Amino acid sequence: MFNFSKAAAGGFAAIFLMGSCAYAAGDLIINLDQTDPAPKKAFEDIVSGFSKENPDVNVIVNTMHKEGYKTSIRNFLTADAPDLAAWYAGNRMAPFVNAGLFEDVTDLWEEHGLNEQLKSAAASMTMHGKKWGVPYTYYQWGIYYRKDIFKEQGIAVPTNWDELVAASAKLKEAGITPFTIGTKALWPTGGWFDYMNLRVNGYEFHMDLTAGKVPYTDPRVKATFDKWSELVKPGYYNKNHPALDWQDAVPNLVQGKAAMYLMGNFAVDVFKNGGLKEEQIGFMQFPQITPGIPMAEDAPTDTIHIPAKARNKEDARKFLAYMARADVQTATNITLGQLPVNSGAERPEERILQQGFDMLSNAYALAQFYDRDAPAEMAKAGMEGFQEFMVKPERADAILKRLEKIRSRVYK
Amino acid sequence: MFPAPVANATAPTRIAYKVALPVSLLVWLLPLIGVMVTSIRPASDLAMGNYFGVPSSFELSNYLSVFQSTPMGLFIMNSFKVTIPTVIGAIALSCLTGYALATYRFKANLWLFFMFVAGNFVPFQILMVPVRDLTLKMGLYDTVTGLVLFHVAFQTGFCTLFMRNFIKALPSELIEAARVEGVSEFRIFWYVVLPLMRPAIAALSVLIFTFIWNDFFWATVLVQGTHAMPVTGGIISLNGQWVAQWHLVSAGSVVAAMPPVIMFFLMQKHFIAGLTLGATKG
Amino acid sequence: MSQQVAASASPQSGGTFSSGEEVRTRTSKWIANQRRLAPWLFLMPGALMFLVYVIAPIAQSITISFYDWDGIGTKAFIGIENYIELWDDEAFYTSLYNNLLWLVLYMLAVPAGLLIAIFLNQTVTGIRIYKSLFFFPFVISQIVVGLIFSWFYAPNFGLFTKLLEFLGFEGIAILADERFVTYGIIAAGLWPQIAYCMILYLTGLNNVSPDQIEAARLDGAKGWKMLWYVILPQLRPATFIAVVVTIIGALRSFDLVSIMTSGGPYGSSRVLSYYMYEQALSEYGFRMGYGASIAVVLFAIMMVFITLFIVRMLKDERGSY
Repeated sequence: MFNFSKAAAGGFAAIFLMGSCAYAAGDLIINLDQTDPAPKKAFEDIVSGFSKENPDVNVIVNTMHKEGYKTSIRNFLTADAPDLAAWYAGNRMAPFVNAGLFEDVTDLWEEHGLNEQLKSAAASMTMHGKKWGVPYTYYQWGIYYRKDIFKEQGIAVPTNWDELVAASAKLKEAGITPFTIGTKALWPTGGWFDYMNLRVNGYEFHMDLTAGKVPYTDPRVKATFDKWSELVKPGYYNKNHPALDWQDAVPNLVQGKAAMYLMGNFAVDVFKNGGLKEEQIGFMQFPQITPGIPMAEDAPTDTIHIPAKARNKEDARKFLAYMARADVQTATNITLGQLPVNSGAERPEERILQQGFDMLSNAYALAQFYDRDAPAEMAKAGMEGFQEFMVKPERADAILKRLEKIRSRVYK
Repeated sequence: MFPAPVANATAPTRIAYKVALPVSLLVWLLPLIGVMVTSIRPASDLAMGNYFGVPSSFELSNYLSVFQSTPMGLFIMNSFKVTIPTVIGAIALSCLTGYALATYRFKANLWLFFMFVAGNFVPFQILMVPVRDLTLKMGLYDTVTGLVLFHVAFQTGFCTLFMRNFIKALPSELIEAARVEGVSEFRIFWYVVLPLMRPAIAALSVLIFTFIWNDFFWATVLVQGTHAMPVTGGIISLNGQWVAQWHLVSAGSVVAAMPPVIMFFLMQKHFIAGLTLGATKG
Repeated sequence: MSQQVAASASPQSGGTFSSGEEVRTRTSKWIANQRRLAPWLFLMPGALMFLVYVIAPIAQSITISFYDWDGIGTKAFIGIENYIELWDDEAFYTSLYNNLLWLVLYMLAVPAGLLIAIFLNQTVTGIRIYKSLFFFPFVISQIVVGLIFSWFYAPNFGLFTKLLEFLGFEGIAILADERFVTYGIIAAGLWPQIAYCMILYLTGLNNVSPDQIEAARLDGAKGWKMLWYVILPQLRPATFIAVVVTIIGALRSFDLVSIMTSGGPYGSSRVLSYYMYEQALSEYGFRMGYGASIAVVLFAIMMVFITLFIVRMLKDERGSY
C-alpha cells in the first residue's frame, strides 16, 4: 500500500502546488472596470501620483472589462476583496451597502471637508445617513451630431421634439440614418428611455417609475413609448442595432452614414479616434418634448469604494482622500474628458465638456441612468423591453405588460 | 470497404474526387481561413473595407501586440496551470477507480459505475451554485487550485468510464495468474495492469487536455481576476476591449486555439483512439 | 470468483509443521480480506471527489430551488414558488423552445457527419491530412468557434452578409434578428459537432467487415441500398455514441450563446443553460434559488436521456456477464 499512497500523493501534490497568488502587507489592490485607453491612462496617472506621495505603498491595479466587472464585483466583494473597487453612485450601490459589503467612509468625508467639496454628489453617495465611497468623475449625456452634415442639409439644431422629428425626416430623405445606436449590451437603450421619459413625463415621474412606485402599464409610460415610436416606426435608427456594441455604431457616424448619436460624453474620445475632427462634432441637449416640464439630465457618477473585507483599509483611505482632491480630480478629468465632482477643481477647457458642464449646472435635476436608478433585475428586463420595442414597436403593449409583471415581483 | 474505392473507378470520377476534396475542405474551413487571414491584416485594411481581399501587408505585429498590450501570456500560462494538474489528477484517480470497477465483483459495482457515467452527463448548471459556494467556503474561489479540484472531480467520471472499459477488455488471465502467485492486489495493479494501460492513459491525456483547455463555463463561474483566468475566459474579456478590432480578436483567437491544435496534430492517433472508444464495439 | 482464487491460493495445505500451517491460514485470510477491501481502497479517492463535487451538488441544487436566495444574504424557504414563477415566465418558455430547436437541429450533425465520413473514406494519397483538417473544428474551443462565427455573421462586412449580397439577396444580420438568431448559433455549433460525428463514423467504417460488403456486392447491392441494409447496421455502435454526444452537446449549449449573443436580441436566443446562468450569476441577477429551479428542469430533461443511456448500458453489461 505504500506505493499506492505515494502515487496518489504525487497527483495531489501537483494540484496543490499551483496555489493562488498571495499579496504582501504593503500592497494596495485596486479593482477597476476601465479598459478604454483614456480612462486607463487617467488611472495610471492617479496611481503614479499617489505612489510618488506614498512611496511605501505598492499599488496593484486589476483592470477588468466593464461588462464582466459588473458581474464579478459581486463575487470579489464577498470572496476575495481588493482594497478599493470602482463602482457607481445611487441605487446601483444599494445591494452592496445593504449587504454590508462596502465600508462606511463618513469619517473620511468629514476629515477632508468633502461634504463641502463634493456637495453636488453627496446625496447620491449617502445611504442610511452615511457615506459609502468617493465620486471622482461624472459626465453628461446628450445628442452628439455631425455639424458638417447638419450644415450640408440645412438643418438647424433642434430645440423641441417636432424639430427633431422634422430634422430626422429630412436626413432620412437624404439617405442618411438620423440616429446610430448599438444595443447589443442593452444599456444604450436605457439612455433613450431615460430621455424620452424625462422629457415626456418629467423627473419626478421618472424617479417614481425607477423606484417601482408606478406601474409600467400606467398610460403615462405608454405616452412615452408613443412619442418614441415617432422615431422608431419611420426607421430613424440604423438597422441591425441589436448585433452591435456601442463602439460598433460609431463608424456610422464617422463615415457620415448617420448624423446623430445619443451617448455619454466618453464617446467623444472614440469619435475622435475613429477619425472625426473636433470641428465636426456638435453637442446638443436632448430637446424638449412636453412644454413646461423642467429639463432634467442623465449624469452618471463613477465612484470608488472600500470593500468591507479589504485588507489594507488604511492605505485605501489615503488613496480615497487623494482621489477626492481638487487638483487630482482636475487632472484626472482632463484625461478622462469628463467632469470633476470636486467643486474646487478647475472648469474644463474643452468645448463640448464646457457645454455639458453648463447644461448640467442649469439642469433641473440629475438622474444617474436607467440601469443605475432601477434595481438590477428590473433594469435588465426593462432594457430588454426597450430593445425589443426599438425592433418591434407594435409590441409596445405586450412589452409594458411584461415589464409590469416583473416590476410587481422585483419591488416586493 | 465502403464506399467502393475511387482508385477502381473510371478516370473522370477519380479526377472529380481529387478536385472535390480540396474544394470541399476549403468550404468547410472557410470561416477559419477568414479569421486566420484577418489575424495578419493590418488595421488599416479593416478601416478601408478590405475585409476579404489579399492583405495589403503581412502583419505579424497583430500577434505581437496581443502579447504586449494584453495579459495573453498570463492567460495561456493559467490555462496550462489548470490543464496539466487536472490531466494528472483525473487520470491518477480514474486508473484506480477504473481498475476497481473492472476487476472486482461486488454488489455495488455496477451502480457505482453508473454513478460515474450518469454524473458525467449532467448539465453543468445543476452543479454551478453549490460548487461555487463550496469553492468560496474553501477559500479557493478565484484560484487555479479551485478550478483544478473541480475539473479533476468531474473528469474522473468520464475517465472512469473509459478506464474501466479498457481494463475490462484486457485478458483477465494475467490478473488471475498473478493472484494465484499470491501477489498483493496493489502490486497486481501497479506491475501487471498499469503498464498495459499506457495507451489508455495517452489517449485520455490528450482528450482531457483538450476538454479542460477549452472549458469556458467553469472558468467564468470559479474565476474572475486576470491572475487566475484561463485563456478562454481571457479572450472574452479581451473581446470586450477589442470591439470592432477584428484583426486583434482574430489573432487572439488563433493564439488561444493553438495548444490543443498542436496537441491534436502531435498525438492524433491517441486523440482519435480516445474519442472513438466504443464507436466500434457496443 | 474471489472465493475460488482464495481457495486455490493455498493448495492442499496438509503439511506437518503447525507453525507453517498457521502462517498460511493467516496469509490466506489476509488475501481474502484484502480482496474484499481492495476495491474500496482503490475507489475511495475518486469516488469521494466525485461525490463531493458532482453528486452532492445535484441534491443541494434541488434544495436551493425551494429557497429565495441572493447569494449574499440569508436563504428564505419559499416552497415551490420558484417553480410557480417559472410556469408563468415567458423567458423560460423561450429558452425551453430554443432548447428543443437545438435538440432537433443538432441531430443533423449525425447524418452530416456520416456523409462526410463516407466522402473521406478513401485511400488516395494525402487523405489522412484531409481527415485531420476536416476534424479540425472539433479541437478548437467553442469560444473561438463563437468568435469566428460572430465575425462570419457580422452585419455589413461579415462573410455571410457578403455571400448573400453576392447571390443578390439583401444582407441579414443573423444575430440581430429574432427569427434567425437561434438557427445561426446552432449552425455554428453544428460545425464542430459534425466533425465529431464524422470521426466516429470514420472509425466505424474502418471496422466494417469487408466480407459482408463483398457478399452484398455479389448480391447486387449498391449505393444507398448497400448503405442502408449492410453498412448502417454495422455502424450502430458509432451511431449510438454519435447520438448520445450530440444530445449532450445540444443541452449543454452555453458557450456559443454566451459569446455570440448573450441570449439576445431581447432574450430570443436564450437556452435553459444560459438563462439559468443569467438569473443566478450575471450582472443583472443574483437569484440563486430561481436559477437553481431552471437548472433542475434542465437536469430533469437530461435525466430522461441519461436513464435511456444507462438502461442500454445495463443491458449490455448484463449480457456480458
